[in-house]
Amino acid sequence: MKGNIIKYARDNIDTDVIIPGQYLKVHDYAELATHAMEGLDPDFHSKVKEGDFILSGKNFGCGSSREHAPIALSHCGVKAILALSFARIFYRNSVDGAFLLPIEIDQDAYDGISEGDEIDIDVSKNEIKNITKNQTYKMKPFSEIIGKIIAAGGLFKYKPDQD
Amino acid sequence: MNIVEKILARASGKSSVVPDDVIFADVDKVMMHDVSGPGVIKVFDKLKKQGISVDKLWDPTKVWVAEDHFVPSADKLSAENIVKLSNFTKNYGIEKHFKYGMGQYGICHTLSHEEAMVMPGDVYVGGDSHTNTTGALGAFACGLGHTDIAYVLLNGNIWFKVPETYYFKLNGKLPDHVMAKDLILKIIGEIGNDGGAYRTMQFGGSGIDEMSIESRLTLCNMTTEAGAKNGIVEPDQKVVDYLSQRGATDLNLVTGDSDAEYSKIFEFESSEMEPIIAKPFSPDNTCVVSEAPSVELDKSYIGSCTGAKYEDLEAAAKILKGRKVKIRTEILPAAISIYQRAMENGLLKIFLDAGATVGPPTCGACCGAHMGVLAKDEICISTTNRNFPGRMGHVESQTYLASPMVAAASAVTGKITDPRDLI
Repeated sequence: MKGNIIKYARDNIDTDVIIPGQYLKVHDYAELATHAMEGLDPDFHSKVKEGDFILSGKNFGCGSSREHAPIALSHCGVKAILALSFARIFYRNSVDGAFLLPIEIDQDAYDGISEGDEIDIDVSKNEIKNITKNQTYKMKPFSEIIGKIIAAGGLFKYKPDQD
Repeated sequence: MNIVEKILARASGKSSVVPDDVIFADVDKVMMHDVSGPGVIKVFDKLKKQGISVDKLWDPTKVWVAEDHFVPSADKLSAENIVKLSNFTKNYGIEKHFKYGMGQYGICHTLSHEEAMVMPGDVYVGGDSHTNTTGALGAFACGLGHTDIAYVLLNGNIWFKVPETYYFKLNGKLPDHVMAKDLILKIIGEIGNDGGAYRTMQFGGSGIDEMSIESRLTLCNMTTEAGAKNGIVEPDQKVVDYLSQRGATDLNLVTGDSDAEYSKIFEFESSEMEPIIAKPFSPDNTCVVSEAPSVELDKSYIGSCTGAKYEDLEAAAKILKGRKVKIRTEILPAAISIYQRAMENGLLKIFLDAGATVGPPTCGACCGAHMGVLAKDEICISTTNRNFPGRMGHVESQTYLASPMVAAASAVTGKITDPRDLI
């Protein structure tokens, strides 16, 4: 999966900045997308393109359980978040709702990847290639259950009885 | 096994579980509100289009619904969400729907204990991050998103990775004018806002024995702000008494085995705590009130599931009695039952005499949605749970998190104030 990076070099990007509380009443996915990252980056919508990845630091998506957060990002075209770590509800909402891939990266990838770099994520090899810089990094493998839910296309398509 | 492992083993039909086991746990209670409910309805609509049956719920008697985030309706869209939610509960036969303007209603997490909706030993999931609150009654209480809640409504179970448990041993009784909110801010300040991530935060020790149920609820509520999967306290006689006053008997009190294992044990001397605040823009950005920055406050907010239970209002009233507020002060009891007790016991008169405004139960201002949001550059001291940029309004507003006593004392002076300075 190839895409370009939008980098936020900071920790604790919370769900209130991803989609502010005043929009919690909105359940139209396209409308939610128009407010994504409104609390953090007014230029986000001029940057983001279909297939992009966001790269950030620790504890991405902390705060509220609002599924609006991964929904808003995915409906802007964001396919994956690369972060040093994720808050748990954002992580499972992203996977169970099949909105986007939460990719846990290490410090090398975090430091090495810059805004605009073209990246190729190979989940089968747990590898992230930086095409722009010709570098390769490891991603943390998905746990077994997360890998299976992602492969199935979300929690509702995953059949635990067939394990 | 510890208490959480025992609850999750029982719920997944296993004789034992250990941290990192992946299980499907049968759910005993599930809650959604006027934000997560319409989100779940949207998931149901998607499922229908995919040919997945959403004709009936696994068990409507185990589902309950609260209207709390956008009540009173903030605008047409939020009014329509309430109508949608009402149609959903009617169509699916959900009887426990606490409706705004019809007797008891309030913030979902407050109703979970006020109305004894959750029992010790339950697996309880809710479509809200602060579902952790109700772990104070000895349940495994955990917040989930819309897809997961929809899954529970249709299947009656959900996957969990069994969490490792951090045990917080609290020693001694909190000093006068120091509250559970101060203690949990201290803990979050030490472990960080991801210090409990994916884990259980269990509280015990003599500090818990001494503590009321409502104070324990404050501790568990704020475990969300350390990233925890859940917060929990082993049930004791106080839990039994609390629930029996609310008509719940025949409780199944699950507690950990004597050889229960914890991945880490922390000790805090509750008896030596001081009033603490969290500065903008994170609940772990803490300092003692005596070292708080000297800022001119615009507003004091005493509300939310975290800081507007009866005990919280009583504490604020102790400070506000016979005094006048110097800044805009908004006090919103977290449920109608609390509002009513506050009225019967004269607390509302104290608040109104002090010049504060008393409002209806709502999450509105806590999440920056409506009913008192902050303007650019405004500074608020608040009994709520988080203070990220823009949390309570404009992205350039600021929120200091505090106990109800600190928020009340600060309302009187207009600066961040140690309640002991007013005594």
